[in-house]
Amino acid sequence: MLENIYTELIAEHSHAKENRRHLDNATIKERGHNPSCGDEIILELEVAGGVIKDAAFSGAGCAISQASTDMMIELMRGKSIDEAQRLAELFIGMIQGEVTDDSKLEELDEAAALKNISTMPARVKCATLAWHTFDTAVKNLDGVANAR
Amino acid sequence: MDKNFLNDFPILRSEMNGHPLAYLDNGATTQKPHSVVREICGYYGGCNANPHRGVYELSVKATKVYEDARRKVAQFLNAKSTREIIFTKNATESLNLIAYSYGLNNLRGGDEILITIAEHHSNLVPWQRVAQVTGAKLNYIYLAADGNLSAEDIDKKLSKHTKILAVTQISNVLGLVNDVKKLAARAHEVGAVIVVDGAQSVPHIPVDVQDLDADFLAFSGHKMLSPMGIGVLYGKKKILEEMPPFLSGGDMIEYVEEQATTFAELPQKFEAGTQNVGGAAGLSAAIDYLQGVGFAEIERIERDLTNYTIAELKKIPYVELYGCDAENKIGLVTFNVKDVHPHDVATILDAQGVAIRAGHHCAQPLMKFLGQNSTCRASFYFYNTRRDVERLIEAVQKVRGVMRLA
Repeated sequence: MLENIYTELIAEHSHAKENRRHLDNATIKERGHNPSCGDEIILELEVAGGVIKDAAFSGAGCAISQASTDMMIELMRGKSIDEAQRLAELFIGMIQGEVTDDSKLEELDEAAALKNISTMPARVKCATLAWHTFDTAVKNLDGVANAR
Repeated sequence: MDKNFLNDFPILRSEMNGHPLAYLDNGATTQKPHSVVREICGYYGGCNANPHRGVYELSVKATKVYEDARRKVAQFLNAKSTREIIFTKNATESLNLIAYSYGLNNLRGGDEILITIAEHHSNLVPWQRVAQVTGAKLNYIYLAADGNLSAEDIDKKLSKHTKILAVTQISNVLGLVNDVKKLAARAHEVGAVIVVDGAQSVPHIPVDVQDLDADFLAFSGHKMLSPMGIGVLYGKKKILEEMPPFLSGGDMIEYVEEQATTFAELPQKFEAGTQNVGGAAGLSAAIDYLQGVGFAEIERIERDLTNYTIAELKKIPYVELYGCDAENKIGLVTFNVKDVHPHDVATILDAQGVAIRAGHHCAQPLMKFLGQNSTCRASFYFYNTRRDVERLIEAVQKVRGVMRLA
C-alpha cells in the first residue's frame, strides 16, 4: 500500500524547488488551508487574457499536499483558465473516486499518479488542497481587470 | 507480571492494515472494556425510560441509574455534594458552560482572564469569546525551556485584575502535569476563580477537587473508558448556585409562566432536556473499572511506557522530541521525524498497524510557540504494553526509508 502512495515521483515533486517561489507579477494570491491538519499553501497565479502565464506556491504541509501542488502548477502553466478549471474538476473527481477510467485521467499527466489517494479517505484533503485553492483563486479573478 | 487487560478490550486484539493493532491515540479517545459496554446495553435493554419525569417504576429505575452515576462521580472526585456534579456532553461543553454562564456574567472591561499557551482550543476559544463580549483582556502564561509553565510569567501576569485563571492539569501535547493545587491557591490570593481542564488528567491520575481547591473542573468520559457524549462539570456549590442557567428548556425549571420562569435547584438547573443516562451508566462502570485497576497502577504503567518511549526515540538521531526533559511528565510523547511531515509519518505507521495522532492537536497557539506546524503524538493508557512501544519504534525507523530520505 505505501509503495503505491509514496512513489519516487511523489517524493521528487514534494521536494522540488522550482515552483516554490514568489511571482513578480502575480495577478492573484490565494491562501489554501486544511484546518484539521494545519497544511497551508499560498498559490500565486499570473493570468493575462484568460491564460495562466505562470504559477508558483509557498507554504508547508505533508508530502502528498506539497507534491500535489507542485504537479498541479506544472500541469496548469500555459493553459487557459477554462481548460485548467476543467482539469481541476477532473482531478478532484479522480480523488473522490468518481472518475476511474485511466484513459480519461491521462490528461492529468503526472498528477494522475495520485489516483491511489482515492482509497485513503484520511488523506483526500491533502491531495485536493491545491486544486480547491485554485478553484477559489479563479472565482476571485472575476474582479481583476484584464485577467479573463 | 502485568495483568493482561486485552481480555477486557476485544478491540485491542483486532488488526489494522493486516497488522495487530497498536492503539496509541488514547489522548484522543480510549477503548471501552466489556463491563462498560455491558452496562450501556443493560441500561437500554432493561431500564430505559425518561428519568425525573415519570411516576411509573421504569422511570424511577432510570432516574436511579442516572443519580447513582452522579453519586459515583462525586465520590470519585471527592466532591462535597452530588449537587456539584453536572453532567454534560464532554469537557468542551463543560468549559463552554463556565465561560457563558460564569464568564459572561462576572467579567467586564478592565478584568483579565489568564490562561496558558498550552491550552487545548476548548479551554481557549470560549475565553476569547468571553473577552470579546465583556471587554476583558485575555492573557497567556508562556512556557519555560523545559515546557513547564514559566514561574516568572505567572508572577508577572496573575494580579488583582485577574478574575479567571483557566489551566489544563495535563497538557494534551506535552503531557506535563501542572501543579494545579498551587495555582488554585495563587488564584484565590488575588480573588480569581480557577477553572481546571481535567480532560487529560482525570483519566490518568487521582484528582481530588477539595484537595486541589478547584472552583471548576471539566472532563470527558470518552477519554476514560466511557462512551462518547458524556462529560462532567464539577463546580463549587456556592458558585454554581449564583450562576444563571446555560441551556434552558425541559427538566431545568421550577415554575414556567408565559413571561417568566424560575429555575430548578442544582444540578438540574444546568441539565436542560433529556440527558444521556446510558452514557452516565457507562461512565459509572468505567469508574468502577479504573478503581479496580487502581490509579497507582495506572500511573506506574503509563510512566514506564512514557519513559521507555522517550529513551528509545532518543536513540534515533533524526527524531526530535518536545517537552520530554521534565520529570512531571506522563502518558504521552510528542515528536517529529526530521524532514517528514507528521501526516506522512502517521500514514506510514498506520500501514504498520500503529495508530498515532498527527497534526496540531487542537492547540495551534502552542504549536506556534514551539515553532512547529504540527507534530506526531503517541499517547498511552494502562492497557498498552512495551510491545506496543516496540512496534511504534520499529515503525518510526521505517519512515525515512519510505519517504526515500534514507
